[in-house]
Amino acid sequence: MNATHYLYAAYAATWVIHIIYLSTLASRYARLKRELRELKEKSSPGA
Amino acid sequence: MKRSFPIFAVLTALLLGYAFYEAMFVAPTDQMQGDVYRIIYYHVPSAWTMFIFFLTNFVASVVYLVRRNPKADAVAAAAAEIGVVFCTVVLVTGPIWARPVWGIWWTWDTRLTSTLVLWLIYVSYLMLRRFSSGGQAPVLAAALAVFGALDMPLVYFSIWFFRTQHPQPVVGDGGSIDPRMWHVWLLNWAAFLCFGLLVFWKRYQLEILQQEVNETQALQTLHDPRSSQ
Amino acid sequence: MSRPSGILRATLAKDLRLEWRSKDAINSMLFFALLVVVIFSFSFDPLAEESRRIAGGLIWVAFLFAAVTALNQTWARELRNQVLDAYRISPAPANSLFLAKAFGNFIFVIVLEALMTPLFIIFYNLRAVGPAWELIPVAVLGTWALVVNGTFFAAVSVRTRSREIMLPLLLFPFSIPALVAMVNATTNLLTGEDSTKYWIVLLATYDLVFTIACLVLFETVLQAE
Repeated sequence: MNATHYLYAAYAATWVIHIIYLSTLASRYARLKRELRELKEKSSPGA
Repeated sequence: MKRSFPIFAVLTALLLGYAFYEAMFVAPTDQMQGDVYRIIYYHVPSAWTMFIFFLTNFVASVVYLVRRNPKADAVAAAAAEIGVVFCTVVLVTGPIWARPVWGIWWTWDTRLTSTLVLWLIYVSYLMLRRFSSGGQAPVLAAALAVFGALDMPLVYFSIWFFRTQHPQPVVGDGGSIDPRMWHVWLLNWAAFLCFGLLVFWKRYQLEILQQEVNETQALQTLHDPRSSQ
Repeated sequence: MSRPSGILRATLAKDLRLEWRSKDAINSMLFFALLVVVIFSFSFDPLAEESRRIAGGLIWVAFLFAAVTALNQTWARELRNQVLDAYRISPAPANSLFLAKAFGNFIFVIVLEALMTPLFIIFYNLRAVGPAWELIPVAVLGTWALVVNGTFFAAVSVRTRSREIMLPLLLFPFSIPALVAMVNATTNLLTGEDSTKYWIVLLATYDLVFTIACLVLFETVLQAE
């Protein structure tokens, strides 16, 4: 394996890690927003 | 605050792009290692950024233990996660760099081993946060962060001392640093720090949102115990 | 100050008495450590010269795993009988409870080590090349290092889901400096290379730092709710 390929691999790995983390953040965000919305809906139609 | 985020994000993206360009094309090629050495422009700034976030977690944890301010806990939680992400980058790019240059993927030298232990400590911190129930998690995690800060110097020293008894060739920086490389290093560090701050800001907001969800759930259970789940 | 030490002695005596009657912890730990010794011996030839280099590490790994089985049940009895809640309300200083538990665990693990060491010596054909008496400070300081943090982390993990796995997840990373010191000191004694002095100093430093940290933070952790 050509040495420069390691360079590309390292840079790619860095961004893959960051992108994976960002996508988990996004999905957690979406889930929490939905949960909050459901909780608020439950409380307002009630008393 | 809300409007400045996209502006900051665009600026950070530009900075990252420029820093990448400098790292790949402007910085001079290393005599011994060739182009592969450019990995350090990602590896080292990530390490510096990681330290900043772990330090932030420690300070926020102490503040939380003293003041019990939920915002401090949110800062601690966010900083720990971002720190672990950057630490993962360090531990992945390190071996990718070491393999072509020194022929080995890994070595149990002082710096690498200490970084691995730091990663382990903070992953255990995140596991504790995940597995403890809402009310206790902040206090337990903050106590653990203090333990972590006390442990790290001992970790570093114990492995350093082990290495003086069992020396091996040092895998790390080889030779002197060209002054032109310093400025590319700092540039990439600034770029990654800005990127880290952006992600941290989002993670902090996520934690505040989680706190709000917990509170709303608790209030609902108080008002109407039958409605919970 | 008679009250804290009185509580310490009373709690410690109670734990030791309960353990002596049932011998739950000591039996399970003993058998576990014995199993580890036997199984490890299948991965290398215990009678070979090289075995002396790795024996130090194996012994402490075996003791570490056995200690975890004991630590896991440190607070189980208290939790079952709501003793922890009683302690939170009582004016008794939390540190007395912590020290009593830590000393109890320390005694259990030391007894285990004393019983297992002859077995290790026999199975792995060990012989101390360095000054053998140095094993005592290594064993005492090393065991305290594992037990003091183990007791603290056991209190932390007893309130989490998956509490049995949480304890080693927390204890192992934080114990690394102490483990490095224990293993290297023991290996140096067995092979006769290098001195153990600085490792013993490192162990003493680790013990001091973390004993203080546990005493300072235990009340906080006990009251966390």
